[in-house]
Amino acid sequence: MSHPYLETVASYASQIDQVVLIITILVGFWFLLAEGIFFWLLWRYRKRDGESAGYVTGNEKHPKSFISACHYAVLICDVFIIVFAIKAWVHVKQHLPEPDETVRIVAQQWGWAFYHPGPDGKLDTADDIKLVNELRLRQGTVYNYELQSRDVLHSFSVPSFRLKHDAIPGRVVRGWFQPEKSGQFDIQCAEMCGIGHGIMPARLVIEPAEEYSAWMQSHAPVVQALN
Amino acid sequence: MATKPADAAHAHDAHHHEQNFFLKYFWSTDHKIIGLQYMWTGIAMAIIGGFFSYVFRMQLAFPGQPVPFFGRVDPGEYNALVTSHGTIMVFWVAMPLLIAAFGNYLIPLMCGCDDMVFPRINRLSYQIFLISAIVLIASFFVDGGAFGGAWTSYPPLSAKAEYSLTPLGSSMWLVAVALEFVAFLLGGINFITTAMNSRAPGMKWHDIPMAIWMIVIASILFMASVGPLIAGAIMLLFDQTLGTAFFDPAQGGDPILWQHLFWFFGHPEVYVVLLPALGFVAEVITVFARKKLFGYKIVLYTAIATGVLSFFVWAHHQFVAGIDPRMANVFTITTLLISIPIAELLFVYIATLYKGSIRFTTPMLWALSFIASFLIGGVTGIYLGASGADIYFHDTYFVVAHFHYTFYPIAIIGFYTAFTFWFPKMFGKMMDETLGKIHFWGTFIPFNFIFIPLFFTGLGGDHRRIWSYLSFPDSAGPELQGLRVVATVALIVMLVFQIPFLINVVKSLIAGKPAPDNPWEANTLEWTVPSPPGHGNFKEMPTVYRGPYEYSVPGREKDYWPQDAPN
Repeated sequence: MSHPYLETVASYASQIDQVVLIITILVGFWFLLAEGIFFWLLWRYRKRDGESAGYVTGNEKHPKSFISACHYAVLICDVFIIVFAIKAWVHVKQHLPEPDETVRIVAQQWGWAFYHPGPDGKLDTADDIKLVNELRLRQGTVYNYELQSRDVLHSFSVPSFRLKHDAIPGRVVRGWFQPEKSGQFDIQCAEMCGIGHGIMPARLVIEPAEEYSAWMQSHAPVVQALN
Repeated sequence: MATKPADAAHAHDAHHHEQNFFLKYFWSTDHKIIGLQYMWTGIAMAIIGGFFSYVFRMQLAFPGQPVPFFGRVDPGEYNALVTSHGTIMVFWVAMPLLIAAFGNYLIPLMCGCDDMVFPRINRLSYQIFLISAIVLIASFFVDGGAFGGAWTSYPPLSAKAEYSLTPLGSSMWLVAVALEFVAFLLGGINFITTAMNSRAPGMKWHDIPMAIWMIVIASILFMASVGPLIAGAIMLLFDQTLGTAFFDPAQGGDPILWQHLFWFFGHPEVYVVLLPALGFVAEVITVFARKKLFGYKIVLYTAIATGVLSFFVWAHHQFVAGIDPRMANVFTITTLLISIPIAELLFVYIATLYKGSIRFTTPMLWALSFIASFLIGGVTGIYLGASGADIYFHDTYFVVAHFHYTFYPIAIIGFYTAFTFWFPKMFGKMMDETLGKIHFWGTFIPFNFIFIPLFFTGLGGDHRRIWSYLSFPDSAGPELQGLRVVATVALIVMLVFQIPFLINVVKSLIAGKPAPDNPWEANTLEWTVPSPPGHGNFKEMPTVYRGPYEYSVPGREKDYWPQDAPN
């Protein structure tokens, strides 16, 4: 399913869109049915001369069966939605795949620091690359992330990934993504974090492997100079 | 059970006499005056909260431009405005208008007694409520300005002045909210006790009008859920002012604890305000469809079931809060299950119209628009309760649009339903139907044009509480900006159409047609007393013979059958 506004960049983004589509179909059906019957009843039973209202208690078998039938049908729809929602949830949030690389994301009032593992592919080594308000990823690579905050709650949100995860001071929050398309996308903070919350943008840059390596090579002298 | 207090009320009747102005309005223990005071205070707060929404929506539609009647909005002010808008509309508009105003006004009248069981506690409740409102408004004028950390007030942001930059504002916000809770705890004691113990003789459990049941269930929910949050508010206040560290991770505290305390109250709170609105709608649709409520017991027990279930869904607000992801599976199931009783309630209301004789008066239009629009709020909640979809929708404008499609029908439409319906009783005058209908359409149509576009900006990735989207290349495009402008323009149109309402109120109060005792030919007890009812309500205490919804009973000459008519 294609999204009306956003590109579908992460591997799991289309699965989340699929859950949204399933919900839209099921609740859309109920919504239209209920509103349809509602407006039909309003029109059919508007006040008319010579026609008075009936006396229905709601305990009669026939009208009551309409309500209980709907009741069970809603339950079945709920079960459907629950199954698809939980499947997507487990895939995106609960089950961390074995990563090719790990990045560290550190939020603070009001900016982002992104730690890339550098050429050796490992964090916390001398060749780590730290960028402010810019996250660079290699297309197709499976990443785990370690999300941290230095002060208050923040939330790492990438609409084109359909991903959102709160950063909590004092904890390391883990998750994953696999970018499938190259390009530049928004990173936003999605948790109120003070005066600068609305002006805390960062940029996500995803490149194919060769371009990514070239960028990393070009960055090596900077890292060396810093050490 | 119900006879004794009513008899006691007879004996008490002799003491009711006219009081001077000060005693009447500042110290009155009459439930009707307290109810009206809650109502006017709530309306005043709604005007303030509505103005705030105008200011920040103007900033969103025309970022950086000075807003007429306000000026340029800086990011700190923007945060304070959205925070206060949310806080005011939930705690100082929805709560007083739906529960306190009509709870106070209607419970003794509909149950057939002369006043609340604890009239002085009732007075104390309003005094504390008024103080809480004053504290909140005052926080706008202190150094650093009003609190801007969102109505959820998550620590550590709210706990430390160095983070929030509002050293006084955040403490005043907490004090105001805690006082407001105390006021409603006191009010709730009265609502529950009066409805349980002071009913007219003959009014059995299943003869109680649904509006009263719903206020009672809502009060029980409120009292059962608010305790942890009051404790949390005190802890947070200590963190702010005394240097404790309940929520400070650097010193061994836990900021997530607050989220649990807040939402353990915060989710039942939705039903605390929803149920009274559903009660008012039940009264109005039965009267104007001339129909018995479809399945009184279904409505009652479903409402109770909803209330009980609402205690088990709170963590759906915390799906992406960075806590153990396995909890989401449990809360997805409980959250989606709550759609069943809510759907059932709406089905029953729709079924009540079946075989009716529907009169489209102003109160009826409001009640019907509640059903039509609350359905949207209900079905869009499914997206957010389903964990997989919430990963994306959480904290976007989709959430904003969703809960405004629940809270707006509840607080605004629910209030107008009740207000236009009981206005003749409260003030002894009929309202103007033409102005009423202009106000209805001028409010309901723009309301949809405000929030339907916001579902789409949310789908497009707009996050909440963002001062300006210009810093985000993916959101700054003309497509989403166009939707934001539509929402803002619709809001202004809607606000302008509140003027006919105010004119209608003033005009009807001064020159309205005098209202008879029972202008709508309704069954419940409040329509048996003069409009407006005098001090002490009933000249003779009523006896109840039947349920409240005996409309169009076959074989009777009239299509209504008052609860107190012996035959």
